[in-house]
Formats: sequence, C-alpha cells, structure tokens
Amino acid sequence: MMPATTPSATPFATPPLPWEPEIIAFCCNYCAYAAADLAGSKRMQYPANVRIIHAPCTGKIEMEHILDAFVKGIDGILVAGCLEGGCHFLEGNLRAHRRTDRIREMLAEIGVGEARLKMVNLSAAMAPTFVASVKEMVDTVRALGPSPLKEPQQLESEGTL
Amino acid sequence: MIVASPKSITELKSLITRHNRVLFVGCGTCVTVCLAGGEREVGIASYAIRMARKLDCEPLELTQMTIERQCENEFIKDLAEAAAKVDAIVSFGCGVGVQAIAERFPSKPVYAGLNTQFMGTLEEQAVWTEKCLGCGDCMLAQFGGICPVTRCAKRLLNGPCGGSSETHCEVDPDRPCAWQLIYARLKAIDQLDQLDAIVPAKDWSTSWHAGARKVVRKEHRV
Repeated sequence: MMPATTPSATPFATPPLPWEPEIIAFCCNYCAYAAADLAGSKRMQYPANVRIIHAPCTGKIEMEHILDAFVKGIDGILVAGCLEGGCHFLEGNLRAHRRTDRIREMLAEIGVGEARLKMVNLSAAMAPTFVASVKEMVDTVRALGPSPLKEPQQLESEGTL
Repeated sequence: MIVASPKSITELKSLITRHNRVLFVGCGTCVTVCLAGGEREVGIASYAIRMARKLDCEPLELTQMTIERQCENEFIKDLAEAAAKVDAIVSFGCGVGVQAIAERFPSKPVYAGLNTQFMGTLEEQAVWTEKCLGCGDCMLAQFGGICPVTRCAKRLLNGPCGGSSETHCEVDPDRPCAWQLIYARLKAIDQLDQLDAIVPAKDWSTSWHAGARKVVRKEHRV
C-alpha cells in the first residue's frame, strides 16, 4: 500500500501576511519633512505604511522617480511640499504640482488609477495636517486595494530568487 | 526647429500591440529641445508603456536608446546592434527621423511615437509657435522678416483682410495679426515703402504640392 502523501509545505512555514498598503511620501526639506519631524517630536501617531523620502524640494522630484516607483509596484505616493507661495526655491512646489497632475492623467489613462498619487501643501508647523494627509492616503489606497502592478508576494518558504 | 508633440499612451500601446521586443528611439536634436522625444521623454513613455502592458499581462521587452540625430544615417547606424534584437522600433523623432530609420532597417516595422507639428520657435517655457511653412521661395525680405504665408490665416500677401480686431486675428483671438506685425516692423525699420509694391500671386510650384522636394548642392557634392 502506498504511503499517504505528505503536504509539501513545511509545518514551520509562516502564513502570508495580510496585504498592507505600501506608500512613499516624497517630502521637501523645508516644510513637509520638517512637519513630519515635528509630528514625531510631538509623538503624533500615523500609519506605519508610509516610507518618507527626503527631497531638497518637491521641484527636484522628477516624473521618472514617481513612475519608477509605480512600475515597481508601490501602492500609493504622496508628494508633500511647501504651501503655495512658500517654496524656498520660489516655485518648485508649483512645478511639482504640474508634474503630479500630468502623472495622475497618465495613471488614469493606463488604468492604475489617479487616486494613487496625491500632492499636498503644508508648512513646517503643520504636523497635524501631515498626519491627516498620510492617514487619508492610506485609507484611499486601502480602499483601492493593492497596486495592479504589484508582483505576487514572495513567500519565505519559496526561497530567494 | 521642428516641433512635435507626444502621442497618447493608448495610441502608443496600440502601435506595438503585436510586438514583444521593442526599441524606443529618442532623438537628441529638435524633439529634445521641444520636450517631446528626447532621452527623458522616451524614458517617461517607456515607464507608461511598461505599466500598460503589465496590466494587460502581455510581456514586453523594452529597450531605450537616444541618438544625436535620427535624420542622418551617420548617427542611425549606432542603432544597428540594438535594432537587431527587437521585433519593432518606435521612433520618437520627427517624421523625417521615423522615415530615415525605416529606410535604414527595411525588415523592421518602424512606428512614429510623436505627432510632428511644424517648424517653429520657442515663445516661452513649453510654448511653441509656427513660423515657417517651408514654401521653398522665401519672401521674408519684403515683409520685414514676418511671414504672412505662415502666420496669416488667409496667407494674404497684399495687406490685412480687415477682419482683425485689437491687433489680433479673427480666426484665433490669441494669435497676433501677421499684417499688424508686418506694419509695425516695417515702420520700426523705416521701410514702410515696401508696402507700396503689389505682390504678385505666389508661385507655389516651389512648395510641396507636387510631392516631396529635393535639394542638391553641386558645390558640396563629393
């Protein structure tokens, strides 16, 4: 008699983690990054889904940076710059706005969804606004679900490529 | 320079729908300056097409390359190695570049990634206007350096039509009346007498109406 087949997975394999949105926040040095820093100093809680990238100015964030992140499967991107009229480089945030608007059009046309990219303006003192923006972005992306460009999650039990 | 504008992502995607290995070729001359088909714009288009094809679950091996000038064989030959490895080429040059590449690689499908618009000049950041029609018989000397053939909606050669209002064209209120500009310019250079001459009907035989033209300069032939 043939022995009963054993399950291929080891009994110690961890079950796949439930999906959590992965969000990048591009923050300008003078306002948004300082606001995020202030939120930390004030012990304000915001979702851990966001990874902050420190940029000298939102005007330095090229369209390619954002598109590359989407191609690699990021679920959402928040671009956070100074208040309009408050850019330390005069109009970097206004240029960033035009670029993000264009990418939102592209994302809509491609079918990724324009809501996955958002730009907000805030000053260095607006830590609560930063926290609210991050929470709102996480809620938006959670409602949309994982990026359709995301690669299937590699399980630890499957080894590395 | 030659001014072009990008095609939509949807159109670009449909161009290469039957190919899995594609080369996107940028041009480092006019279309780089008009922000339509340079290295950066090819990169952005590549990201968009990669995303679109991934969503359709259709594999795509996309290569990007930008050469100095697509309208000269001397530069196109740099594409030979990359072109040999792909099923199709999308040229982000002007219509001249697309055709020059197609002639150089007769067995490859070559598609246009841009809509070539006109010969024009940069007015302000990201705004270009048409200035020359390439009619083959330049009349700019008579009109103070402002071309009524290109810039007057009715191509009038003997004064304005009378439809302009507030110095602007009746066809497009944003467009200055070419004849208003000609008058102001001739006055500024003290050549208003040029307007006394009756300009005969233009000889269009030098233009493109009889098909593609050819220029041969014997003194430079080798």
